[in-house]
Amino acid sequence: MGSTSGGKTPAGVGRRDLIKRSAALGLISVPTMGFLSACASSGGGGEEKAKAGKKTAKNPLGVNDTAQMEFVLFDGGFGKEYAQDAVKIYEKAFPGAKVKFSATQKIQSTLQPRFNQGTPPDLIDNSGAEQMDMGVLVGKNQLADLTPLLDAPSYDDPNKKVRDTLRPGIVEMGQFDGDPVWIMYYAYTVYGVWYSRKALGSLDEQYPETWDEMLKVCAKAKKKGIAGWTYAGKYPYYIPFSLYPMIGKVGGREVLDAIDNLEPNAWKNPAVKACFEAYFELYRKGYVLQGTPGLDHIQSQTAWAKGKALFIPNGSWVENESANVIPADFDLAVNAPSGLDGSDKMPFGTIWASGGEPFVVPAKARNAAGGMEQLRIMLSEASSKNFTDKVKSLTALNGGTTGLSLTPGLESGVAALEKAGSNVLNPRLQDWYVQLQKEKIGVSGLGEMMAGRLTPAEAIKKIQGFADEAAKDTSIKHYKHQ
Amino acid sequence: MQHGKYRFIVGFLAAPLGLYAIFVVWPFIQSIYYSFTDWTGLSPDFQMVGFDNYTRMFHDDIFWKSLWHSLLFALLLPLVTISLALFFSFMINVGGRRRRGGPAISGVRGSSFYKIVYFFPQVLSIAIVALLFAFAYNPDSGAINSLLRGIGLDGVQPLWLGDPNLALWCVMAVLVWSTVGFFVVLFSAGMASIPADLYEAALLDGAGRAKTFFRITLPLLWDTVQSGWVYMGILALGAESFAVVQIMTTGPGGPDYSTTVMVLYVYQKAFRDGQAAYATTIGVALLIVTLLFAAVVMRLGRRERLEF
Repeated sequence: MGSTSGGKTPAGVGRRDLIKRSAALGLISVPTMGFLSACASSGGGGEEKAKAGKKTAKNPLGVNDTAQMEFVLFDGGFGKEYAQDAVKIYEKAFPGAKVKFSATQKIQSTLQPRFNQGTPPDLIDNSGAEQMDMGVLVGKNQLADLTPLLDAPSYDDPNKKVRDTLRPGIVEMGQFDGDPVWIMYYAYTVYGVWYSRKALGSLDEQYPETWDEMLKVCAKAKKKGIAGWTYAGKYPYYIPFSLYPMIGKVGGREVLDAIDNLEPNAWKNPAVKACFEAYFELYRKGYVLQGTPGLDHIQSQTAWAKGKALFIPNGSWVENESANVIPADFDLAVNAPSGLDGSDKMPFGTIWASGGEPFVVPAKARNAAGGMEQLRIMLSEASSKNFTDKVKSLTALNGGTTGLSLTPGLESGVAALEKAGSNVLNPRLQDWYVQLQKEKIGVSGLGEMMAGRLTPAEAIKKIQGFADEAAKDTSIKHYKHQ
Repeated sequence: MQHGKYRFIVGFLAAPLGLYAIFVVWPFIQSIYYSFTDWTGLSPDFQMVGFDNYTRMFHDDIFWKSLWHSLLFALLLPLVTISLALFFSFMINVGGRRRRGGPAISGVRGSSFYKIVYFFPQVLSIAIVALLFAFAYNPDSGAINSLLRGIGLDGVQPLWLGDPNLALWCVMAVLVWSTVGFFVVLFSAGMASIPADLYEAALLDGAGRAKTFFRITLPLLWDTVQSGWVYMGILALGAESFAVVQIMTTGPGGPDYSTTVMVLYVYQKAFRDGQAAYATTIGVALLIVTLLFAAVVMRLGRRERLEF
């Protein structure tokens, strides 16, 4: 190519041609880019909201009986049948309304674009591995306040508000800061130590109430070639299901509250140290099933169901999830965590129980009243019983199990709740600070300690460091117990 | 006749270039733009925050860990995979002993069978491979530890993916296993085009296997090796490392972040933590690392072309 410009040399391209070319390119691409950038986020203002219907005794939320209601359900361990049954009741109550129901495992990938465009559905079960971050949704004003639902009369008894029919802690769990209730947790999960009554019976042992007894039972099991404990080694954030309530039992509720509030030195409380050391003792004495740190939740549950280990920290979904590996005569049971000794602040029976399956109504939903009405239907006694019957789990509705034939695990869960009475704990780290709880405290702290790679003192120091970091991190929203 | 030629060319180029700009260049620009905002990915409103995300990234220990792991992936994986593949394909194509009545240059006995065996993992989806190995690595009942027990090594029962010192190597081994076959086939094709006379001449001169490989095969195969290196490096930085780490080590990327890689961290920030803007920031860093990697390999590997 010649160095002179403008001249049309036979082989090359001159400067002017280059300019012309780029101009042509620009002409085409600029408008297209503008068009595309409008798509990627900040979509249109959304469709218009449905007009409110008339409020009556039968329709206390004022649902527009001709407006469409869209309901997206997480299709997980509980399946979708229970929700479809509830949708049928909605359709019966509002024959003129169309219900668009869909179930997916990919909540976030399905719904994230719709939130971005401002056209979310009216009711969402925001659950599963692809759960959308609640803190972010609330922080960005994407959720509707469910207070109207809670103050509406319940489906079964017009003289009772929905709020008064729920289990303890459900309403508080749906709040973040202040009064609005953003989330309605539909399922009710009992966390604790799960075991086979039969296996324990064959050792001539009762469920241990203190840690000395626990060590004794484990020693006895070890002699027979059975490990005392196993846990989801790749997801060590299952350990807190029994460890946190133990900390609460030993040191009192305030210790857990301080941890949730990310207070400085919250983890340095003596109760935390004592409980960490108790768990570390399990590792040190060889009471943890060999290879546990390399197992995932299914593998560890299977080893446990096969009788290789006595105890596993888990939630009440384990009965449904492990149904195909639990032998028929297993006699599954859950118990509140063992304490240290008689000087514990809370009695034996103190347990962690809290809501699961978070349902939300988006702030930009077209038919928010419809979404809430659907929830009101699901919280009726009939729908709740249907759920418990189908998926072996309790619902947020207090009671509602009379007349049902309960499976062993569910039955022991109900018994454990009865025994706990008001001593129900509800640590919030796992819904307030997901990454802190799962990765940092769970995997890098507790997981490393239980694998024997950290001492309890080192683990506490590391975890306190993570908590302090999270407290300072301005990119996450911070919450406090009220 | 030159008149009208450029208009003609521009007319043809505009459409593909436009498409390229829209679907390749524009997303890059867009994500760089988002890295300067506080976009959550869950709501349409966001604000410009300047370099906040970048400052945060430079102080983020997990980012540095993931960067280090990604670099290990990009450097070690191609080295191991390509060396192995070169060795295998040399043995398959050239390294055989001379057999009576056969051609002067041939592979080891059964080489066509080996070729198929090596290529076999390539037909499996990486997700399946990762799952299979996740089971094999299971310390309680997995194939590897059962084998160790079977041959009497009861005391040696590593935790594999549960051990922060081993997890990363376990994951890398799987990637080597699953990609080496592709390169064996690629290099075999390359070797097939090297004239046999060169080998025969070397044989006459009394060159052994090693000498033949380093003096003839490798120099003549250099271009193929180089593109293979870039290709493998980009795979290791991107899709494949994500798949194995996400599937095999689950959770946050191994015990104590021992296998976290950049792509996984991008995914977690965008789709778990609701921090899409920060995720794009890490994505930009990944883009820079990838470009640098390609540039360095191309530059280091530059040498004169050999004509034959």
